[in-house]
Amino acid sequence: MLSGAAALAAVPAFSTFQAHASSGHDQHGGGSGNTASGNTGTATSAAATSHAGHAGFAGGSVLPGRAGIDPTAILRDFDRGKTSLLPDGRTLRVWDIVAVDKDFEIAPGITFPGWTYNGRIPGPTLWAREGDALRINFTNAGAHPHTMHFHGIHTAGMDGTPGIGAGSIAPGQSFTYEFDATPFGTHLYHCHQSPLAPHIAKGLYGGFIIEPREGRPPADDEMVMVMNGYNTDGGDDNEFYSVNGLPFHFMDFPVQVKQHALVRIHLINVLEYDPINSFHIHGNFFHYYPTGTMLTPSEYTDTISQVQGQRGIVELRFPFPGKYMFHAHKTEFAELGWMGFFEVGAA
Amino acid sequence: MSLDEKTAAGQAAAPHRRPPVPAWLLGLGPLVLIAIVLGLFTVLNAPGLNRLSEGVPPKEEIAVEDVRLTPGQIAITVRNEGPDPVSIAQVNVSDYYAMFTQTRETMAPLESTTLTISYSWVDGDPYEVALVTSNGGKIPAAIEAAALSPERGGSFFALMTLLGVYVGVIPVALGMLWMPFVRRAPASWVRILLGVTVGLLAFLAIDATLEATELVADNRAFGGPMVVFLGAAVAYLLLEGTDAWMRHRREPAAEGTSAALPPHRLALLIAIGIGLHNLGEGLAIGSAYAVGSLALGASLIIGFAIHNTTEGLAIVTPLAKQPPGLPRLAALGLVAGAPAIAGALIGATVYQPALAAFLLGVGAGAVAQVAVKLLPMLKDKAGMTFTAATTAGIILGLAVMFTTGLLVLA
Repeated sequence: MLSGAAALAAVPAFSTFQAHASSGHDQHGGGSGNTASGNTGTATSAAATSHAGHAGFAGGSVLPGRAGIDPTAILRDFDRGKTSLLPDGRTLRVWDIVAVDKDFEIAPGITFPGWTYNGRIPGPTLWAREGDALRINFTNAGAHPHTMHFHGIHTAGMDGTPGIGAGSIAPGQSFTYEFDATPFGTHLYHCHQSPLAPHIAKGLYGGFIIEPREGRPPADDEMVMVMNGYNTDGGDDNEFYSVNGLPFHFMDFPVQVKQHALVRIHLINVLEYDPINSFHIHGNFFHYYPTGTMLTPSEYTDTISQVQGQRGIVELRFPFPGKYMFHAHKTEFAELGWMGFFEVGAA
Repeated sequence: MSLDEKTAAGQAAAPHRRPPVPAWLLGLGPLVLIAIVLGLFTVLNAPGLNRLSEGVPPKEEIAVEDVRLTPGQIAITVRNEGPDPVSIAQVNVSDYYAMFTQTRETMAPLESTTLTISYSWVDGDPYEVALVTSNGGKIPAAIEAAALSPERGGSFFALMTLLGVYVGVIPVALGMLWMPFVRRAPASWVRILLGVTVGLLAFLAIDATLEATELVADNRAFGGPMVVFLGAAVAYLLLEGTDAWMRHRREPAAEGTSAALPPHRLALLIAIGIGLHNLGEGLAIGSAYAVGSLALGASLIIGFAIHNTTEGLAIVTPLAKQPPGLPRLAALGLVAGAPAIAGALIGATVYQPALAAFLLGVGAGAVAQVAVKLLPMLKDKAGMTFTAATTAGIILGLAVMFTTGLLVLA
C-alpha cells in the first residue's frame, strides 16, 4: 500500500531531477570538456538522453575535460611507440612513461588524488607486434617509489618487482625496461610496489596489447576497455566503478559503432578490492578469446567474468541499429558507475 | 606655578588616591586589547603559523541529525561537527547513486544541510545511505526499516498534543488524587512519602541525564554530552538563585538561615522541575515518533502513564499540612504535565539532538534541585533527615520508578 504510493510519487520527482541533470551538463558544457573529448556531436545528443530509470549521478557524469579523463578517446588510443628497425630486421619500439601524481574529478564534485602513468587513468595502451623488441623508459616523477610490472614473458630483472633487478624506482629516478613482445595476446602492466593494493588502485595500470605475428582477421573497429574502480574513502571496497576511468561516461557518450561491423574489444580487468568483475552486453552475443592468446574463441556468450588481472578479447557484430547497454553483470558495480551504451549507426 | 603645585600635591597623594579610572574601563581594557590582537592575527593570516596546516588533509566530521521518508524521497539533515568545511558531492543509497538536491553545497563548521534524495524506497526495507564528500569520504546514515515519516499537518499536531496529554497531563492529574490520602496521613507517613518523592526525583534526574547523553553520543557538534551537564547545572543554579532571591525579597532578615521552604512554594518548585522533565520526555517521544523509530503502541502509552502517575504524588506530598484549593492544584498539575505537550510538538517538528539533550539536561538539573530542597522536610522530631523510614522511602521511590520505567523500553 505504502510502497505503491512511494513508487507512484517517484515519477514526478525523477522528471524534476532529470531537468537538473541536463542543466548540469549545460553548465560545464561550454568548457574545454567537449573539445578535449573530440565528440561534441555526441555530447549534445547525450545531454538530451533521458536517464529516468537508470543509475547515474546527480548532474550527469563529469565531462572529460573537467574530469581529466576521456574514456572515449582512450577506447581507440593505441600507443605503438617510436619505432625503428634493428640490424636483425626486428622492430624496436620505444616508449617514455612518466609516473605522475594527478587529481581527477571522477564524479561530480568528487576529487580523486590519482597516481598515473603519463597523467591518465588508465595509463597508455601500449601496442606491439609479437617478437618486437620493446624498450620502456620509465621515470618516476611521483612522490612514492613505483615500478612497471608487465604481464608477459621476460627476465627476472625486467619484471618490475621490488627487490629484483632495479626493483623499486625511487621518486626522481629512471629505469629502462627491455624485453621482447611475447606471447601475443591482450595483457596489462601495473605498478608492483608494496603496499600493492593502493599502488594499483590509485591508477597505475594500463593495457599491453601484443598482436600475433601474422595478425588477426582485420576488425572494422578495435578498442580497449579497462575495467577499474575507485576507493575514495580508504575502506576495503570501491565507491565508484568504471570502464576506461570515468564512471557513467558511456551512459552520456555512447560508444559509436557501425551496424554489421566487426568490433574487437580488448577487455582488461584491473579492479582492486573486489574479487570479480564482469562484462555483459544487451541484445547481442560475442565470441570470447581468453587472454587473447589463441585465435579460436572459447565461448559464444553475452556475459563473461574476470578476476583482477584477467583479460581477453570480445568480438562481435551488431545486427541492428540502436542503443545497446553494456555493463558489469554485478549490478552493484553497474549502478556505481560501470554501465554504458553502444550506439549502433545504421549501415 | 599653581599648576606645578597641584601636580606635586597630586603626586604626593598618589599612593592613596589614584586618578579616577572607572573600574568598568579597567575591566574592558584587556577585552579590547584581546580583540585587537586577535583581529590582527586573523588579518595577517596567523603570522609564522600559516604553514602549520599545509599538507594536512581536511577533517570531515559529519553528524546525521534527521532522516525523513516521504513517498519516493529520503530527506537527511546533517551537520558539520568538524573544524573544516565539508561538501556532500554524491549520495549513495545502498550502492546506488541517487539524484538529490541540497540546501547548502558546502557546510562551514557547525552549519547543516538537508539533502532531498530521490529514491523509490520500499516499505520495511533497511537502507544504508552513504553521503560521499568531495574528498571521497563516506558518511553513513542507516535506515533500519523504511517507513513513511508522519506528515507534519494539522492531524499530526493534534496527535502530538493528544500524546502529550496522555503521557503528561492525565498521569500527573491522576497522581494528584492521592491528595486526600496525604492530607489525612500521620506526619511519619508523610515523611516516608516525601522520601519516596525524593527517590523518584533522583531517579528522574539520573534517567534524564543518561538518556540525554545517549542522544548526543554520536553528535559532537555542540560539545556532545557537555550540553547535558551544562543544562543540568544551569537549571540547578537558576532555581537556587531564584529561590534565594525570592526569600531575600520577602524576608531579608531570615537570609542565611536554611529553613525548609514553605510547602506551597516547594510544591510549585516540584511542579516546575517535573514540568521541565516532562518537556524533555515529550521531546524524546515526539522526535522518536517523527523519525519513525517509535511504535506508538498502547502498551508504551500505558507505560509512560503509570511511570508519570507517581509524579503527581510528588507534587501533592509537601502540601499535606496546607491543602490548597482545587484551582491551585489544577494549576500545579498543568505546570507539571502540560510541558509534555509542548515537548512532543517541538520534538516532532524542529528536532535537533543537541537542543533535545540540553533540554533533557535542564529537566535533570531541575528535578535534582527539587530533590535537594525536599530533604529538610524529611527531618523527624529529633532533626534526623535520613532515618530508617525515610531512606526506605527513598529506595522505594527509586524502585517504583525503575520498575515502571521497564514498561517504557521502546
